[in-house]
Amino acid sequence: MEAKTADFKYVYDRPKSLVDVPTHYCPGCGHGIVHKILAEVIDELGIRDDTIIVAPVGCSVLLYNYIDVDGCEAAHGRAPAVATGLKRVHKDKVVISYQGDGDLLAIGTGEAIHVANRGENITTIFMNNAIYGMTGGQMAPTTMENQITKTTPYGRDTSDVGFPIRGCELVNTLESPVFIERCAVYDVKHVLKTKRAIKKGLQNQIEGKGYSFIEVLSMCPTNWGISPVKSAEWVKEVMEPYYRLGNFRDL
Amino acid sequence: MSDQILMKGNEAVGEAAIIAGCRYYFAYPITPQNEIPAYMAKRLPEVGGTFLQAESELAAINMVFGASAAGARAMTSSSSPGISLKQEGISYIAGAELPCVIVDMMRGGPGLGNIAGSQADYFQATRGGGNGDYRVLVIAPASVQELADMTVKAFDLADQYSIPVMILGDGFLGQMSEPFTLPKPSGKNFKKPWALTGAKGRKPNIIASMRLTPEDLLEKHNLKLQKTYQEIEANEVMYESYLLDDAEYVIVAYGTSARISRSAITELRKEGIKAGLFRPLTLWPYPYKELKAVSERAKKVLTVEMSLGQMVEDVRLAVQDDAKIDFYGRTGGMLPVSEEIIRKVRSYGG
Repeated sequence: MEAKTADFKYVYDRPKSLVDVPTHYCPGCGHGIVHKILAEVIDELGIRDDTIIVAPVGCSVLLYNYIDVDGCEAAHGRAPAVATGLKRVHKDKVVISYQGDGDLLAIGTGEAIHVANRGENITTIFMNNAIYGMTGGQMAPTTMENQITKTTPYGRDTSDVGFPIRGCELVNTLESPVFIERCAVYDVKHVLKTKRAIKKGLQNQIEGKGYSFIEVLSMCPTNWGISPVKSAEWVKEVMEPYYRLGNFRDL
Repeated sequence: MSDQILMKGNEAVGEAAIIAGCRYYFAYPITPQNEIPAYMAKRLPEVGGTFLQAESELAAINMVFGASAAGARAMTSSSSPGISLKQEGISYIAGAELPCVIVDMMRGGPGLGNIAGSQADYFQATRGGGNGDYRVLVIAPASVQELADMTVKAFDLADQYSIPVMILGDGFLGQMSEPFTLPKPSGKNFKKPWALTGAKGRKPNIIASMRLTPEDLLEKHNLKLQKTYQEIEANEVMYESYLLDDAEYVIVAYGTSARISRSAITELRKEGIKAGLFRPLTLWPYPYKELKAVSERAKKVLTVEMSLGQMVEDVRLAVQDDAKIDFYGRTGGMLPVSEEIIRKVRSYGG
């Protein structure tokens, strides 16, 4: 039996705010997923004309090539300061600071803590993949104990370089933030949860509530040296027990 | 005289910035420029502006990056060791072709040094500590009046060329009080179609210094920056001449050193010694041609600095005759002594 066009419903499309360009991300990387759900949320909230994104130094440095909004580069770790400058001028715009683990918890720890402590009315999306991707797989502040990287060839020795830092818990010691949640993108259920958290973070900003911090446990198959499927499992089995998923604060 | 007011150099910079339309100021405390953040903290809220004490010098300069990217006039201030920390941000601002004003009230170094005025960061200001082929327009005032006037001008130059402009003073200039007349706003209005304002009705604006792809070559970008720098070199050189028409002995000095040199020249003239002062007001672009012309008529060119010899390298490049060059400098927060300048110039005659 021949199907008629009228029998089909248009149920899925590329988000309008996601630019139609080839991706530079590796297969199985989490950045593409988060970029896409960020674009979806921007569409759903109707804020394409009012959003300014700050891209970090790291694999997602080209973030502004994918999202169809005004975008800005920041030096390594300085995205929160750049976002602060932007937001103080444009109080009515939605400012997003998108950062990786090296950016936010190593070279930019100071900026990350203080932007949260000021309760700056911006939204931080913190991508935690337990490794430095762009530079080729060195230890991140969030690298797991015994995890092998280019600079921990014998595994991360916590007696030597300390334990992986938990971003949400750290931010949760501060008074000002209004929303703190850790998510993951290793399966559809968690991708949808991450989307809801990002949407909440942006809504908070639109309502002028203050600082929202969304940590996303993400995959880096290339630098972990395992397949995309195995990488998704690794987040669930190795990262998740240490980095508890869930909401830490929702005021 | 009636319109004159009395302020510290640092405060005058703050008020002048507000007159210039600066409403965003970010800084981290450091002596001897603390009157600037204190003044701005009090004054900016009165005019609807934003003062924010940053958690670090790095954060401060990057907040300036953000505010400038948003299209606003923004300023930060610091002193030598703090300016060292800002170099990364200055390089990014230059690379992204953003305008801003940076005030440096130099103090003694290296390292923590001391908190007295110094000119030991001429290299840092004019050569930059940040990475890459970039320039910062550097203005060196020598009085409270000039600090105020040049701050207003700095914002215009920054906007006109979309580059960072540095006001290079020192701890003495920042701390001294002098009567001065408040500058007037220039009234110039610079359009910023590149600013990040939300992409309503247009394609997104992107502000970045990174150029990775072949079709967007970094060399092309740098050559474009270079073109701007050449324009600045051609049009924005500022300097002052004092008694140079018949000068046999030319003293080259800027800022506080120039004030001391000027009093030495007054004394020398009383003795019938034909000395004059060449004072660069822009340290980049440096008045090479102008100094070269002056030096050709001179027997000796003495550079006086509160450093152990930094600007003297530019003087050498200008004069191109090492036999004519002499240098006198004090360092570590010490001032050059007028008598020593006089003694040196006297010695050239005999």
